[in-house]
Amino acid sequence: METKFLKIANGCAVSRSEIPYLPFTDFCDTALNIVKDGGKVVHYFAYKDDSVIKLIAVLRTDELLIATTDAPDSYPSFTTECEQFHMFEREIAEQFGINPQGHPWLKMVRYHPNYTEKPDIFGNDYNQDIPGNYDYYRVDGDEVHEVAVGPVHAGVIEPGHFRFNCIGERVFHLEIQLGYQHRGIENLLLDVENKRLPIIIESIAGDTTVANSTCMAQAIEALTQTDTDKGSKIIRTIALELERIANHTGDLGALSGDVAFLPPANYFGRMRGDFLNMTLLICGNRLGKGVVRPGGVRFSIDNDIRQELISRISVLEPQMQHVIDLLFETPSVRARFEGCGNVSTYDAEKLGLVGPAGRASGIQHDIRRDFPTEHYPDIDISGYAEPTCDVYARARVRADEIMHSINIIKSLLANEIETQTIDFGNYNLAPSSFVVTLNEAWRGELSHCVLTDDNGKIIKYKVKDPSFHNWNGLSMSLRDTGISDFPLNNKSFNLSYCGFDL
Amino acid sequence: MIESIILWLLAILTAPFFSALILKVKAFFGGKKGPPLLINYYTLIKLFKKGSVYSRSTSFIFKMGPMVSLCSAVTALMFLPIAGHAPIFSFKGDVIFILYILGLGRFFTIAAAMDTASPFEGMGAAREAFFPIICEASMFMILILFYMLTQELSFAAYFSESNPSELWKTAGSPLIFIAIVFFIILLTENSRVPVDDPATHLELTMIHEVMVLDHSGPDLALIELGSYLKLFFYSTFVARLIFPFNMGNMFLDICTFFGALIVVYTATGIMESVMGRLRMDKVPKFVLTSFALSFFAVVITLEFVK
Repeated sequence: METKFLKIANGCAVSRSEIPYLPFTDFCDTALNIVKDGGKVVHYFAYKDDSVIKLIAVLRTDELLIATTDAPDSYPSFTTECEQFHMFEREIAEQFGINPQGHPWLKMVRYHPNYTEKPDIFGNDYNQDIPGNYDYYRVDGDEVHEVAVGPVHAGVIEPGHFRFNCIGERVFHLEIQLGYQHRGIENLLLDVENKRLPIIIESIAGDTTVANSTCMAQAIEALTQTDTDKGSKIIRTIALELERIANHTGDLGALSGDVAFLPPANYFGRMRGDFLNMTLLICGNRLGKGVVRPGGVRFSIDNDIRQELISRISVLEPQMQHVIDLLFETPSVRARFEGCGNVSTYDAEKLGLVGPAGRASGIQHDIRRDFPTEHYPDIDISGYAEPTCDVYARARVRADEIMHSINIIKSLLANEIETQTIDFGNYNLAPSSFVVTLNEAWRGELSHCVLTDDNGKIIKYKVKDPSFHNWNGLSMSLRDTGISDFPLNNKSFNLSYCGFDL
Repeated sequence: MIESIILWLLAILTAPFFSALILKVKAFFGGKKGPPLLINYYTLIKLFKKGSVYSRSTSFIFKMGPMVSLCSAVTALMFLPIAGHAPIFSFKGDVIFILYILGLGRFFTIAAAMDTASPFEGMGAAREAFFPIICEASMFMILILFYMLTQELSFAAYFSESNPSELWKTAGSPLIFIAIVFFIILLTENSRVPVDDPATHLELTMIHEVMVLDHSGPDLALIELGSYLKLFFYSTFVARLIFPFNMGNMFLDICTFFGALIVVYTATGIMESVMGRLRMDKVPKFVLTSFALSFFAVVITLEFVK
């Protein structure tokens, strides 16, 4: 397809001068046309280049497309034509005070003052530290009632505010307000020492440690023209898959617990620990902190560890299959999962859902297949999607991915893994460059974007967690669903609060 | 009379133990060791040692709730023939009196929940008020049936001595239904799986638990104790129906009665382990099943008592 946008590759640096610098109208028209033709928004953010604020968009069709433009003070909102821009435009409005006129639902994302001298778009007083401080969407009527849940929840989970508009047990609309854990990570990354960078990246979201640090490592490697050896690619892939298995297993357990079917909840809980302990065996940390560093990995898998991993996984595989069968073959569980919390393929496409949530709504997209990195080009990842779009589909996708990931790990462990461990030292980033890296984290498409200035200093580090797309999917799934099914739907998505809040 | 009071005290003292039995069974099915069998006593002692916290928006109703609900359960036990022995009190029509004493307890729990003005508790109260209505219909069907069989309206006439075995002799087949109906009522009234999940921490899915979220310390202890007693109360019906005989020896009677109770509690535990919860909108259908069964039992019985 001929387009004014530049085609780029996942994880390959380009000079910023190569990026098409379009007039705003061209930028706007082209971007909207690409998305209307089925393209997806990977990134759309503003950044400050010297004193000029620019907009940059990374779109995804069969390839990655990119263009940049000068940011106007206000412009007609893209969201009115393409719903996918919804969150991105709100984020830009919040960070740089750029007003998307006619945005259907302009409210803050994370509740912080903008980075410029401009007046706040939302008219907030940031001396009050209440992120939920705004007029919620309301439904009026005698029998309509509102239920507010959070930000402090009954379980040990992260903070987020949920506002339900219900009639009796039925939910009209769910509004989700996050931002309670905003730490300003993107700004923190601007002038951080090289050695601290991976540490901060690993702290973005504990359950996505490996995926985030892999994204970061690929970006730094692209900007320093560093190659990694085959062994470290395999180890990163193993760590990513272990992370996926552990989290999916935990989710299935939680889903089972939510329908009060305890045996699988307990077994999955135990097996989640077993898989976390396999990561522990590799690197000494259950979440995989310290494994991935720019240039390679810090821990090798020698033959002793390899044999140990193989023996553990061969014990766990039949157990996992057995418990998955127990969960899905129990009629009362099926009765709860099936037909609960539908997000139609049409809606999912409009919202741009990614990862297991997207695949459960019939969207086949998987970064491991579409834009493979690390060892994934050598692994056969088939395109698959569940057609039913409900909690059952989201659970089924997870179960299938667990078994698939176990096979991937087994095949990767079959041969000896030779690698040179690195202790990461000094590097200088290529000046005036841009790189975007995408990886399939367990929640879906995780992407980091790095822009450097003429001296090789980072001027913008953009992180996009898959939850940034998917939270709206959760809202959508609750439409016309019983309010008592909210926890079940919430677990079926299991989105990140801290990955979103940054 | 002394014996009746001793049995009544025994029921109050052992009720927490039996509830812990359910936890133990569930833990067994979940591949866990589970809490000790005396866990509920520890919980009660712990709660009684604590202080209560009251929200500024609540009134005296909120403080009355736990007390009234416990008292209603304690009163109900006074009219219950425990281990086939005559109850402390009994009069003609006490069955209806007791049903509404329990209803009074529920009314105050609901009133206390509404008093907190929390949106969760209002939602829980609505559910708690709705499901037992259907139970009440089944309960009255059972009373009609028992009245047809015995021409009596008191628990003593149905469940003391060897009266239950008389019931089995006159109308055995309908009584099988009634045992099932009692079990469904037990699950519903005591917020067990598949109607409610007593173990969940998710406010939005709770029925009974959500109404007591704001209670703490001794108040919560009273509510917990009340719920153990209520479960004991309903379990006794089922236990007496599945083991309807009396040995004539009080010690033996107590042993067999407790044996039957253990069967009922274990069955509840197994029920909770092998199936998940029903979707909220399917719960009324489940509870209505009990009404259909009891109605059917009455129709059949018309034939027996002609």
